[in-house]
Amino acid sequence: MKRAAYAALLVLLFSLPWWIGGVYYVNLASQILIAALFAMSLNLLVGYAGLTSLGHAGYLGLSAYTSSWLMVNLGWGHLASASAALAGTTLMAAMFGLIALRATGISFLMITLALGQILWGVAYRWAGVTGGDNGISGLTRPSPFGLDLGNPNYFYFFSLTVFLLVWGLIAVWVASPFGASIRGTKDQPRRMSALGFNVWLIRWTTFIASGFLGAVAGLMYVYYQQFISPHSLSLANSAEMLLMVIAGGPGTLSGPVVGAALVVLLKNVASDYIDRWVMLLGFVFIFIVMFVPGGIVAGIARLGSSSMLLRKLRGTKPDLQPGAGHAGNAP
Amino acid sequence: MSAILEVSALCKSFGGLQVARSIDLNVEQGERHLLIGPNGAGKTTLFNLISGDLTASSGSISLMGHKVTRSSTAVRAQLGLARTYQILTLFGRDNLLHNVKLALLGKSAMRWRQWGAFDTEQTLSTRAMQVLDSVGLSGKAHLPLEQTSYGEKRRLEIAMALAQNPQVLLLDEPLAGLSSEERDTIIALLGLIDKGITILMIEHDMEVALAFADRITLLHDGEVITTGTRREVVDDPRTKEIYLGH
Repeated sequence: MKRAAYAALLVLLFSLPWWIGGVYYVNLASQILIAALFAMSLNLLVGYAGLTSLGHAGYLGLSAYTSSWLMVNLGWGHLASASAALAGTTLMAAMFGLIALRATGISFLMITLALGQILWGVAYRWAGVTGGDNGISGLTRPSPFGLDLGNPNYFYFFSLTVFLLVWGLIAVWVASPFGASIRGTKDQPRRMSALGFNVWLIRWTTFIASGFLGAVAGLMYVYYQQFISPHSLSLANSAEMLLMVIAGGPGTLSGPVVGAALVVLLKNVASDYIDRWVMLLGFVFIFIVMFVPGGIVAGIARLGSSSMLLRKLRGTKPDLQPGAGHAGNAP
Repeated sequence: MSAILEVSALCKSFGGLQVARSIDLNVEQGERHLLIGPNGAGKTTLFNLISGDLTASSGSISLMGHKVTRSSTAVRAQLGLARTYQILTLFGRDNLLHNVKLALLGKSAMRWRQWGAFDTEQTLSTRAMQVLDSVGLSGKAHLPLEQTSYGEKRRLEIAMALAQNPQVLLLDEPLAGLSSEERDTIIALLGLIDKGITILMIEHDMEVALAFADRITLLHDGEVITTGTRREVVDDPRTKEIYLGH
């Protein structure tokens, strides 16, 4: 049943340009996938490791700026600049992790906020390199396997492929023994230490992986926008991504994707009809926090459980899978 | 017999408050050693210092001949130290099997493996079921923790500590808050623990604790008042004055 649903979803996703009804919506789908990539990278920290960060946009921006600068100023190719951007951003995440992981909770949040703001300040003030407020423009999109990513459909398929690769990678990682230990450090760090786990090292590894995937999202972002400015590293951007994770469902695979879809659609569709769409976004988040505190995905799961319970009470036989509802199998 | 755990001149202060005052404690291999003392005596603080949850201000701790005074909790656990907590510290969103598998994973090289599903990993599952069986919980292995009783959670704490295959086991009030039936179950369980495992236990139920212990240490205001056999400690007038109240 679950496999059939996943197969149907894949068919829907890969056939999207043919049924969605126009280039605008194809581009919107690409934006959702890129935002989802970024939210998934943040979810590793927030949802699985229990480390809420407000500086994650720094990795997206750093990766985007690095690749853009290397391409525009040094004439590097896409592959070389992307590799350098990924390596440089991952290294930066490793260094930031050394600083931020000296704390947890609100102190960790404040340190990540400060580190993110440092990167934003550098992007904004070091105009000779970053272009300051004007950012860097004039970028081109790569042509993997000769495909022209200037074509919205091709760019969508490229985004979808990267998204699915990252999604699969995260799915395997969080389900692994190491993934179980990441979740353990979120729930009971003290007990995990007493069990022999090096909690700090587990968190640092997760921090670096999260930074690396944030860098991947940064590359996709700059390929889509063909422009990068300090706004991409801003606190507002970090907060928006954090809201995607919280709204969708932290600690679940599909939560950040749902959260990203919600925010991108509200931004792009609702803003066409409502001037004060940010206020609408605020109301939606207040509603989620008050009535669906675990996020939309958890809310839907609870709704499913309630409906099964109702069917049970009415005497019908629900289609229960062995092991269904196991806490380790978050949707 | 040789000391498997040696605590020497151990001190701990929080600002001006001294909670451990030059504590000396030797626990022999295979010994059942009881820590007693009134509330606030520093028993759990001493446990936290031995396990590494707290860092000592001065003094030293040796575990199986290794100086571990500045070592992390994880390093001490890898050396063979396991503990239970006075306040239950379990993975509440998971089932019992998952809890014990995590305990087994902590001392397995598999803990760094980044692939393969942990939930369906067979080697750990088989061993975890054996451990759960040893504490009478194998029938509830797949139950979420929230659907188990307090007594079962206490047993799970002990099961997780035993899953670590410890040399030294610290039990912090394993009978606290249990019904008489549940206490009997835990007491029977403690009696079944391999005699090769050294146990240091905090317990307020004197009847049970005295029957269990080979030697006893009385703590008061962060100081060791006396250490000795059951008879020596019980007959010590300071014990009667400080702890037994008569």
